[in-house]
Amino acid sequence: MSDATMKQKSGLSRRSMFFIVLTAILFAIPLIPGVPVYWITLLDNIGLAALVAIGLILLTGVGGMTSFGQATFCGFAAYTTAVLCAYHGFSPWISLFVAVAVTLVAAVILGIITVPLSGHYLPLGTLAWGIAIFYLFSKLDFLGRNDGITPVPPISIAGYQFFDSRSIFYVIWIFVIIAVLTTTNLLDSRTGRAIRALRGASGAAESFGVDTTRTKLVVFVYAAMLAAISGWLYAHVQRAVNPTPFGVGASIEYLFMAVAGGTGHPAAAIFGAAFVTLLKEILTRLLPFLFGGQAHYEEVVFGIVLVLILQKSRLGLWPLVEKLLPQPADPFIDRKAEALPVRTRPEPGSKILDLDTVRKQFQGLVAVNDVSFSIKAGEIVGLIGPNGAGKSTTFNLVTGTLPLTSGKIEFRGEPIHGLSPRQIAQRGIGRTFQHVKVLADMSVLDNVALGAHLRGSAGVASASLRLDRAEEARILAEAARQIERVGLGEHMHKQAGSLALGQLRILEIARALCLDPTLLLLDEPAAGLRHFEKQQLSELLRQLRSEGMTVLLVEHDMGFVMNLTDHIVVLDFGTKIAEGSPAVVSKHPAVIQAYLGADA
Amino acid sequence: MDSTILLFLVQDGVTNGALYGLLGVATVLVFAVTRIIFVPQGEFVTYGALTLALLDTGRVPGTVWLLLGFGLVAFVIELWMSRHELDARRIGKEALAKIVLPCLIVAATFWLAPMKLPPWANLLLALAIVAPMGPYLYTIAFRPVAEASVLTLFIVAIGVHLSMQGLGLLFFGAEGLRATPLSSTSLPVGPLVITGQTLSIYALTLVSMAALTFFFNKPLFGKALRATAINRLGARLVGIRTSLSGSIAFVLAAIIGALTGALTAPMTTIYYDTGFIIGLKGFIAAIIGSLASYPLTVVAALVVGIAEAFASFFASQFKEVIVFTLIIPVLIWLSLSSHHVEEEE
Repeated sequence: MSDATMKQKSGLSRRSMFFIVLTAILFAIPLIPGVPVYWITLLDNIGLAALVAIGLILLTGVGGMTSFGQATFCGFAAYTTAVLCAYHGFSPWISLFVAVAVTLVAAVILGIITVPLSGHYLPLGTLAWGIAIFYLFSKLDFLGRNDGITPVPPISIAGYQFFDSRSIFYVIWIFVIIAVLTTTNLLDSRTGRAIRALRGASGAAESFGVDTTRTKLVVFVYAAMLAAISGWLYAHVQRAVNPTPFGVGASIEYLFMAVAGGTGHPAAAIFGAAFVTLLKEILTRLLPFLFGGQAHYEEVVFGIVLVLILQKSRLGLWPLVEKLLPQPADPFIDRKAEALPVRTRPEPGSKILDLDTVRKQFQGLVAVNDVSFSIKAGEIVGLIGPNGAGKSTTFNLVTGTLPLTSGKIEFRGEPIHGLSPRQIAQRGIGRTFQHVKVLADMSVLDNVALGAHLRGSAGVASASLRLDRAEEARILAEAARQIERVGLGEHMHKQAGSLALGQLRILEIARALCLDPTLLLLDEPAAGLRHFEKQQLSELLRQLRSEGMTVLLVEHDMGFVMNLTDHIVVLDFGTKIAEGSPAVVSKHPAVIQAYLGADA
Repeated sequence: MDSTILLFLVQDGVTNGALYGLLGVATVLVFAVTRIIFVPQGEFVTYGALTLALLDTGRVPGTVWLLLGFGLVAFVIELWMSRHELDARRIGKEALAKIVLPCLIVAATFWLAPMKLPPWANLLLALAIVAPMGPYLYTIAFRPVAEASVLTLFIVAIGVHLSMQGLGLLFFGAEGLRATPLSSTSLPVGPLVITGQTLSIYALTLVSMAALTFFFNKPLFGKALRATAINRLGARLVGIRTSLSGSIAFVLAAIIGALTGALTAPMTTIYYDTGFIIGLKGFIAAIIGSLASYPLTVVAALVVGIAEAFASFFASQFKEVIVFTLIIPVLIWLSLSSHHVEEEE
């Protein structure tokens, strides 16, 4: 920790220094005398593609949504600016805002249609509107049909016109650098954690108050905005627009860049854009030279390379490059950050959760049959029963994952049945999962900080511009505090995927604690743990109880439950058969019969 | 618009719809067995059509070299993937299927092509050239990633499409070709004329749909193929050879694709990228059939074909826009009605 503080105080990590030097070298290239214009033009094209690819990496590589429509968004912006500047004499800088606004509206409309699509329906949906809108571009009279619009005036600043590749280079790459910075900032924030959770842990994210549908839409629109800027630049660099660069072929090329780059880092997008652009350039020049005849051979090699990358390195090529770079510094944790506000605690011994004749029917099967029980603040309550007793179903009814058939559930005097998992989380119920749901490639700290999602409010804009730092420091400090509270302090900066199952279960408890819950729901917390790990877990739960926490756990392991809990509810075939202290329950004839059979 | 035009439009739509239906059925078949959203289905159409058109003129089509190349690469990859369990018998078997077979087909083509055989014989030869490419392609591109997510397989399929379309250009050139019809019989029905060619398309579509529906629902073998897609590991544990299932699906897909191409080639000029455009429409039909139902796919294909025919009459400019927009509400409906399972990458 003192090491991290040092790095923070000395300003920049070695990784950041590396990127700054790289940028400085890049920006010096056009100034070197004798560098051919051809090279500069290539760099310009890489920059234009990189803008789109950065958005696509966020959308596909991080958010898990594969889009075949990014070129379409370039098209919206390019055509808007072309119409305004070529036909109506607008200044390109004014049309930038209009172009972005038009694309924003289009992205929100298409996003509302696309984002709810699940699985492979989502990329198919983008493919469908991508093709439809491409044909629209090429058929509409006011967009010049297949011929497009020409000439589009160049960008100018104070009378200076950016005509040649060298000067436009700086305009393009300044936009790219800004996009990298805002995207990196966005990923390293409260919203960024929610975005990263979309892929593979959206169920967990919902249980910590993340509106995953809205978050998907935000990422979708953000990626479209970057594509819009690229399209606007393209129109003024090429000084003309026509439908071809905005078709599905182009979108596939952008996707190829994202796949070649891979993973969640914006730098991977630049790498992917450079890889694909240069590969294409080499192929279009080299192959006709080797084989003679027409162009388009590059498509053959393109396809093969794409298939090979997916066969050999499914995470793209960037991880191979990244290994060679200096490691990023661990995030700085400001121990002096003001603590996040906490909820009022319930009076110890008061009723905190109350189930009243709760019933769940799956068609003819009654999984939970009019079960009633209540939990007092400061207790550890166990919900037990043989296989198929309805424990997990009851658990899912309380967490809002399943709707009730009838009955009432009250939490702190307020009915919570019929609420979504997100709304239930807002009321202060934290939960863990029977099958651990953590993001393996995210650090323990970030995984746990996701639990504090509802205790912050910073959105995309403030995260991108780094205006969220005070709040973020408070969230990270809280996450660090909870990690240390459960005893995972030494693993804080490791990737969650490197932890053992027992540690992951503890991590999930730390994440739930980050929500500042007044009730903790644990779904089979001891499943798959070794004896020693179970003891540690018992110890942790006792400690939490002594600090005033209320816990409801569903559990199989009788020994674990008997030694730990204050109160036990026993279910069998969906019906409550017994309730009371461990001593009472363990001697209850119905319980013995349920567990050991009729004759015992 | 009078009733004659209406009838013409419907007939046009039904004929195109039947073609889309054939391809849609093949797309459903491949997805049902391998979980691959098989974008390159249309390339088999191009290959089949252009191979037939070239055979018609007595030339040796470039696809024979493709066949040889695919076989060779598939042979190498097959040996590499099974390098730990190789013996002489296995190597011999693979060499027979992936090297000797294509060599024989190439030799036969060189011998038969200059003879200018009747159309039906050329059709059989074209099928023999294109059909083995299916399983070769499966071995080369998809078997090494057979366990990957639907999305990864989808992107691999797009890579394969790019390569195959590029190869089509390389071997056939940018100029379009047309084949001679299989039969010149025609049947006047009221104001319409139904040709033997269109009748054979209808028949083929219906037979494929019915056969695949039966095959996947009744015999144990069909069930085994379906099991492969639902749970590869489980299927293997109960003794189903999953890679064989994939190869069978791909050979059927290649045959259906090549047949579609061969039946289309006499009616319209086929270019190196025509197959992809036809394939996309079949693809839409397959998606509307939720990549699962053969009859529903054919019905959807007919709707797409008829919608397209009417769109090209009333708003020919926006034909494609209308057809591709059709699919979006269907996707939303399918997405809402299917149970979403989080697919972990």
